[in-house]
Amino acid sequence: MSKPKVAFYWCASCGGCEEAVVDLAEDILKVVEAVEIVLWPVALDFKRKDVEAMADGEIAVSFINGAVRTEEQLEMVELLRRKSQMVVAFGSCAHIGGIPGLANFSNRKGVFERVYHTSESTSNPSGVVPKTRVTVPEGELTLPEFFDTVNTLDQVIDVDYYLPGCAPPADLIMDAVTAILEGNLPPKGTVLASKKSLCDECDRNDSKPEKLQISELKRVHLTEVDPEKCFLAQGIICLGMVTRGGCGQRCVNANMPCRGCFGPTDEVKDFGLKAMSSIASIFNIEGEKDMSEEETQKLIDSIVDPAGLFYMYNLPSSILRRRKMED
Amino acid sequence: MGNKITIDPITRLEGHGKIEIFLDDDGNVANAYLQIPELRGFEKFSEGRRAEEMPRITPKICGVCPTTHHMCSAKALDDLYGVEPPPAAKKIRELIYSAFMFEDHTLHFYFLGGPDFVVGPMAPAADRNILGVIQKVGLEAASEVIAIRRKTRDIITKLGGRVIHPVCGLPGGVSKGVTPEDREEFIQTAREAVEFAKFSMQLFNDIVLGNKEYVDVIVGDIYKHSTYYMGLVDENNKTNFYDGMVRVVDPEGNEFAKFKGQDYLDHIDEHVEEWSYIKFPYLKNVGWKGFVDGMDSGVYRVAPLARLNAADGMATPLAQAEYERMYEILGGKPAHNTLAFHWARLVEQMYAAERLLELAEDEEILCDHIRNIPTGTPTEGIGVIEAPRGTLYHHYKTDEKGVIQKANLIVATVNNSPAICMSVKKAAQGLIKNGEVNDGLLNMVEMAFRAYDPCMACATHSLPGETPLIVTIKDNKGDVVKVLQQNG
Repeated sequence: MSKPKVAFYWCASCGGCEEAVVDLAEDILKVVEAVEIVLWPVALDFKRKDVEAMADGEIAVSFINGAVRTEEQLEMVELLRRKSQMVVAFGSCAHIGGIPGLANFSNRKGVFERVYHTSESTSNPSGVVPKTRVTVPEGELTLPEFFDTVNTLDQVIDVDYYLPGCAPPADLIMDAVTAILEGNLPPKGTVLASKKSLCDECDRNDSKPEKLQISELKRVHLTEVDPEKCFLAQGIICLGMVTRGGCGQRCVNANMPCRGCFGPTDEVKDFGLKAMSSIASIFNIEGEKDMSEEETQKLIDSIVDPAGLFYMYNLPSSILRRRKMED
Repeated sequence: MGNKITIDPITRLEGHGKIEIFLDDDGNVANAYLQIPELRGFEKFSEGRRAEEMPRITPKICGVCPTTHHMCSAKALDDLYGVEPPPAAKKIRELIYSAFMFEDHTLHFYFLGGPDFVVGPMAPAADRNILGVIQKVGLEAASEVIAIRRKTRDIITKLGGRVIHPVCGLPGGVSKGVTPEDREEFIQTAREAVEFAKFSMQLFNDIVLGNKEYVDVIVGDIYKHSTYYMGLVDENNKTNFYDGMVRVVDPEGNEFAKFKGQDYLDHIDEHVEEWSYIKFPYLKNVGWKGFVDGMDSGVYRVAPLARLNAADGMATPLAQAEYERMYEILGGKPAHNTLAFHWARLVEQMYAAERLLELAEDEEILCDHIRNIPTGTPTEGIGVIEAPRGTLYHHYKTDEKGVIQKANLIVATVNNSPAICMSVKKAAQGLIKNGEVNDGLLNMVEMAFRAYDPCMACATHSLPGETPLIVTIKDNKGDVVKVLQQNG
């Protein structure tokens, strides 16, 4: 029997998802023995034309990481979708937009303006910017178009499953691969991680008071942090209440709060909204009913950059999706 | 009308990239362009963010060297808040950093650039990968590579929470300390790392230096550029990865500039071209003269050989001995031989291992005073660090609440972007004559940039060839070789 064909591809990402696969170490043996890798541009010398030559649906599963923000990436994922029976969005960027998705607070013009014109170290008196088609003395050179908006994978193609995390941890990768190889899969659209929130799995959960109440918000870099105690109970914003579990509490292990790279649990429709309402619900300030508007505003202002914090990993997949731009 | 040869995508390079080589009517190289087709705009979308989140945002520039961005960002925050980390915190940061430099250099030598030498530059493409390396060095040695990389990466996981995108850096220190049990383990790993570095050096001696053909390639003219060099040095002008002054030497090896990271804007400017998303930095006080080398061109180089050229030596004994030997064989300082970057990388691998051991053995890392909480009002902060691929600058301006107003980054590989273009062109001109192009020649063109271990605009890193390697070594030798041959 022939082995199932597997493809790996990366879009606007950092390479961390590729490292995550490499960090499987000896476990990857099981994977490579069971499958035939037909595309992995970072590791093996296969070209796009090899994929084009395949029959539709010939690839059993494509793992695609990174968000989609250039023409080249879009064409490639559309091609892989046609050739694959199953597509797995691998890692935060493909799943929910990831950190590069923060670029949806700006657009192509804004990025170009900053990078090629106003950057303190750039000397560009004639206002040159990269172009998709350039004539040089010897011929023509092309670059892929850079889009205004960062897209999650399921905003451009149909996605079957999601492997969350920045980057996904080894055990979840192996669980997913095993489930695929054994044909033991949950319904389409499932996020292949815990159903619980990170809070529910957290070692510090026991330190969380029965009724969590805080009266002020502190910033982690300006606060002594108790390494045993729930961050929220210390007044430090931790997004573990809203975030899907399964990460192994990696950041909490380093005594730092969660920033939501696993995206929301199944019950949560919009990560940022839910996070904000959760924080609001644990505020309990003496005499809050009598607070003036000014005092309320001051309290709200104490949450610096709420959009960037609550949507840090998930802006492109949120109901906001992007900032509205003039042009 | 001339012809165009495209190498796309570049394999065994960490990131997206393509080379376009134009031939003239006689089939000789008219010009070569290295294009980077990707951009993500971190400088823009960092605006408005909380400064303290920057050490968690900027590592996403690169999943292979996230530790570099994390540490550089933490240093920029120290400067932003005017807060000095306690001695233990500084040592913990440098310990993590030494582990990182070691594992990253190991990755490059064995998986990316090394195969060119170890297997041979003109070997068939199918052999010029880690598999070919295994055949040459033996499986046992190759499994050592995997083991030591995993152990050194475990140090980062333990202290940084995660090895891909660590989170422990804060202005004024680190979020987590070292336990005595951890320390014992770190010492053991560091000792193994030193032994491994000796092994790597011996391998380079036997396979590369022992082969006249390879040595001729290294010192040959097609892989040579006479440029300025930049690197961080300590108070004795010895190479330092984590901290120090930026030192620049001219193509003759004389000190041209020595400055604090905070003054980088007085020394560096970036040039923009229409045909690539990457920018091209140059020494402001020499000026941009195009893609040319020499004393009058502001083009400078960074990363291993550049760092060693810019320094007077290494701060640890074994690395110092290797440093001296390298320059003796290359015929003195500075060495302009691009392929000697591989050699310098091994000298640095030795230094990283020795420094890791020094820090692990230092009892002060057990001290629980690992943070100074900032009290100052933030305005502007600049961090500088030596990434595996060169000098890295993070520059933030904030409002009084510590919200980023402006962020400027000069990412390690970007410093080398003009020189990489020049090296590719020169190699292509030297190797491709009268339209004769074969795979081995194209590989020798690719070697011109692989020496830099480039990670283009830190755009999208990748790990060519590494995964199959792990498979092969561990268990089923024959079978796995077959899988790879099948795929490669």
